[in-house]
Amino acid sequence: MRKRTRGADYYRQHLLAGERVALARAITAVENDSADARAVFKVINGQVGRAHVIGFTGAPGAGKSSLVNSFTHEMRKRNNSVGVIAVDPSSPFTGGAILGDRIRMSDHGGDDGVFVRSLASRGHLGGLSRATARVVDIMDAAGKDVIIVETVGTGQSEVEIMEIAQTVVVVCAPGLGDEIQAVKAGILEIANILVVNKFDLPHAERTARHLKDAVELGPQRDWPVPIMNTIATDGEGIAELADMMDRHYQSIDQSERENAAVRRMRKLVATAAARQLNAWLDRPGADALDALCEAVLRGEMEMEEAGAKALDLAANRSGGADRP
Amino acid sequence: MNTETTTGESEQPIRVLLAKPTHDVHDRGVRLVARRFRDYGFEVVFTNFLLAHEIVDTAIEEDVDVIGVSISAGGQIPIFEDLFAGLKEHDLEDITVIGGGVIPYDDEETLKAMGVKAIFGPGTSAEEARDMIERELNNEAEA
Repeated sequence: MRKRTRGADYYRQHLLAGERVALARAITAVENDSADARAVFKVINGQVGRAHVIGFTGAPGAGKSSLVNSFTHEMRKRNNSVGVIAVDPSSPFTGGAILGDRIRMSDHGGDDGVFVRSLASRGHLGGLSRATARVVDIMDAAGKDVIIVETVGTGQSEVEIMEIAQTVVVVCAPGLGDEIQAVKAGILEIANILVVNKFDLPHAERTARHLKDAVELGPQRDWPVPIMNTIATDGEGIAELADMMDRHYQSIDQSERENAAVRRMRKLVATAAARQLNAWLDRPGADALDALCEAVLRGEMEMEEAGAKALDLAANRSGGADRP
Repeated sequence: MNTETTTGESEQPIRVLLAKPTHDVHDRGVRLVARRFRDYGFEVVFTNFLLAHEIVDTAIEEDVDVIGVSISAGGQIPIFEDLFAGLKEHDLEDITVIGGGVIPYDDEETLKAMGVKAIFGPGTSAEEARDMIERELNNEAEA
């Protein structure tokens, strides 16, 4: 049987040694929250925080996958092992997904130094999947030097990648939007590096100029956001992009890197708590919650007040059908 | 809080790798199957044209339950031979392998003896493939 439980010893021996089969299985266990997930967490505990985690985000069709492909190539030339996590959307109706990012990442077949894994978003919004942060940790523990996370093609508010990556690259392409798009809040503000990909297309210069204006008008930060020009499919500008990534990584000091891990864990724990709270409140037969809802519907209670009362209910674990 | 409602329920969508061998550009059928499988709730890893050892590498990294190889330009015997040799090398013979496209009837016995679980040629439907996959994986789960 394929999805059998393997236990902590298996992962300690094979995952930490960076073996591909064990790495793939560990990811599945955590993604599916299966019986082995706990064993995997136990094993990777204390083994993470070494890798440079880089996020690639941007609109669909901007060239994220192609850029990840040629960037991976550059990282291999520089003797880094690379893990790639490519997230694609799940259908909200059937839960199914077509994971097609590998189509543009096929240059690394037969290279043991590159591990590519596609994840379906599985209903999670924000550009990633629920398990993505932990999949980063697993690849880190397996010894990958550089871990690249490619988000789903994002709009303007899928900014979750900044919680996970140390360096966020926002990929733009000419002709995808005018300067008004560029100054809207959200995705541009999370960029550490902006890339204008497909720089051989018409109006590329203009796109770069608009981005530059948008960045210069924004708040001044310690790290001035550079705008890099690339043609991913030809490898143009990729070495320069890699140099810039290094410079950005060097600019983050050690304490900040450690803080990032703590921040990420806070976020994970808070998300887990919210999920449990939501499931508990929304379970069938939660009479007390129904009573609150009816009170709001009748106009006898404000929404915020009902929310606070719901929290009290959860804290006291009372008022539900499944009271112990 | 009671545990049934608090742990995220273990969701295990079926993961399928759909591939075509490098020399074969007839990808209309496999694209359609990918779309149908998505609609059935499968997570479909879709690739471009791959060599047999690349199919094995991809199956490893993506940890798929099923590999579907679509062949419409001949060469099925050596392709599946190489594929099964690669799976065996990595101890992954528990992955369900199916074939599709245009595969001569005369070769079906040979391929099934190698380990191909089913072949979906012209006139079959994605639905049949889905039913077969779900049956196969359920049997395994009970085994």
